[in-house]
Amino acid sequence: MTALSPSLSPPARRLPKPFSWPVLVAGLAIVAVEMTLGAQVSEYYLLLAYIILQYVVLSTGWNILGGYAGYVNFGTAGFFAVGCYTTIALEKLAAVPLPLAILAAGVVAGLIGLGTGYLTLRLRGVFFSIATLALAVVLQTLIVNWSFVGGSRGAYVMRPDAIAPFASYVQYLLVVMTVLAMVAVLAAIAIERSWIGMGLAAIRDDELAAEASGVPGLRLKLLATTLCGAFMGMAGAPFPYFITYVDPPSAFSLAIAVNAIAMPLIGGTATWWGPVLGAVLLGFTQQVLTVTISSAANLLIVGILLVVFVTVAPTGVVGITRAWRGRRA
Amino acid sequence: MSRPILEARGVTKQFGGFTALDGVELAIGPGERVGLIGPNGSGKSTFVNCLTGALTPEKGAIHFLNEDVTALPAWQRARRGLVRSFQIPRPFKKLSVIENVQVPLRFALSEPPPTGIDRRAMDILDSIGLDAKANWAPKDLSQVELRKLELGRALAANPRLLIADEAMAGLSDSEVDEIVALLERLNGEGIAVILIEHIMRAVMRFSQRIVVLVAGRKIADGDPAEVMRHEDVERAYLGQ
Ligand SMILES: Nc1ncnc2c1ncn2[C@@H]1O[C@H](COP(=O)(O)OP(=O)(O)OP(=O)(O)O)[C@@H](O)[C@H]1O
Ligand SMILES: [Mg+2]
Repeated sequence: MTALSPSLSPPARRLPKPFSWPVLVAGLAIVAVEMTLGAQVSEYYLLLAYIILQYVVLSTGWNILGGYAGYVNFGTAGFFAVGCYTTIALEKLAAVPLPLAILAAGVVAGLIGLGTGYLTLRLRGVFFSIATLALAVVLQTLIVNWSFVGGSRGAYVMRPDAIAPFASYVQYLLVVMTVLAMVAVLAAIAIERSWIGMGLAAIRDDELAAEASGVPGLRLKLLATTLCGAFMGMAGAPFPYFITYVDPPSAFSLAIAVNAIAMPLIGGTATWWGPVLGAVLLGFTQQVLTVTISSAANLLIVGILLVVFVTVAPTGVVGITRAWRGRRA
Repeated sequence: MSRPILEARGVTKQFGGFTALDGVELAIGPGERVGLIGPNGSGKSTFVNCLTGALTPEKGAIHFLNEDVTALPAWQRARRGLVRSFQIPRPFKKLSVIENVQVPLRFALSEPPPTGIDRRAMDILDSIGLDAKANWAPKDLSQVELRKLELGRALAANPRLLIADEAMAGLSDSEVDEIVALLERLNGEGIAVILIEHIMRAVMRFSQRIVVLVAGRKIADGDPAEVMRHEDVERAYLGQ
């Protein structure tokens, strides 16, 4: 939303159009770059870009509920894993094309989001968060005991052969994740700039007052939990092909749960580009750290950054740049 | 009185073992101006919460515009024109002043305002004297401005009945007059108003009828001068 202060009050604000052409063009441009460079660079860079884009989807999805509606979801890893295991289950049944598996994962995780929301959204604040954490634990227990998808042993997934215009299957995965990230960001923008975003913002600021102003609180929150769950599940759907061996600890990883919260909070939860920025900055830093120091240092550093931002700069990078621009203006 | 727009029958609300409202009856006619008074903790705000759907009463029924709204959530009652303001202003803190008014314009109206949401929002801010601060943050507003915003937001929901819960507490005499004038103007447009207030000067000036709540029971309901002479009312007020 607009920077609010009497000293820098802008002229009457008009909501920009809900559909963002620049983001669509940027997304397609990235796809074009991936298509032209994909065959020439080392696979390492493709995997790096994939991870970062996966985090763009996760943190954007998280922010629809956490940033816009103010409900903190600790259960990201659960929704992500639902996506992973939807793909694995489908793959055991039939050779399903990846886009279809992603759609199925979105539907399953979205329905779980809807159901969780229905059961828990009457809970306020921290109780909702604890419920989502419990959901992840329940889902993990279910998967561990479901031998069809490998149970606690895990499941191997064969990467299919490369498909026509792509030089490798990894390149294909990267392009798919790029499109998914673009769709997630476009959805976040559309929500932010429409009456849905305004209703969610009212709920976040004061649920009682929002209802008194005619805002259908439960419905909007259910929409947010469904979308949030669906995007997280879709982000997880291609993951089995990415790592080729999935077991419960890798699908329900702590890194995913922590990053999905840390990235929007560090980037800034007020706008769509906060989570994107957070995912790119943190995702990149973590990959560099994994190579240069160790993967164990990752979560430690994310944790420290999270504490620093929450205490010192709760509006995230977006808030800092705005304050800085405001001061110069 | 012509057919009431609001009818509350036997509204009873308990918190644990404590009975905050005990079979309260109330009927409000179209365009009426009613003062609702009572000592602190007598259940006025609880009654407002039950009427508007923020709380669910244990017993009783609420009818609004010939419809039983007892089971409807708060937002649906607001959409029907049963609108309240809060005793302690509850602005949407991260939205600007004009966006605060846009929320009910987008959500509480059955059809968008003929002049468009932005135009109508500015008109409302204009009518409550906040037009110059449209893009301010609520935190930068004064106490009286916050109370005006609270009323402006209620007004934006296009009320048939506006329940103003202590819209004037803590304001100076001239500020109280400003708010009373604003409520009178709204009433002039055909909006029925229930004014909940401790400032008797304002209540007596504004109300055509006064309802007195003491310890969760309605003890008087009628002509202001008569109600104030009522011995139970005197005891409730002087006895505190
Ligand atoms: N949510 C709640 N839980 C428990 N008790 C409550 C709750 N809300 C109100 N009460 C109690 O119910 C009684 C009535 O409170 P209420 O706020 O309705 O009074 P009021 O008439 O509005 O008072 P005031 O003039 O101070 O605003 C009080 O004793 C209060 O402590
Ligand atoms: Mg009160």
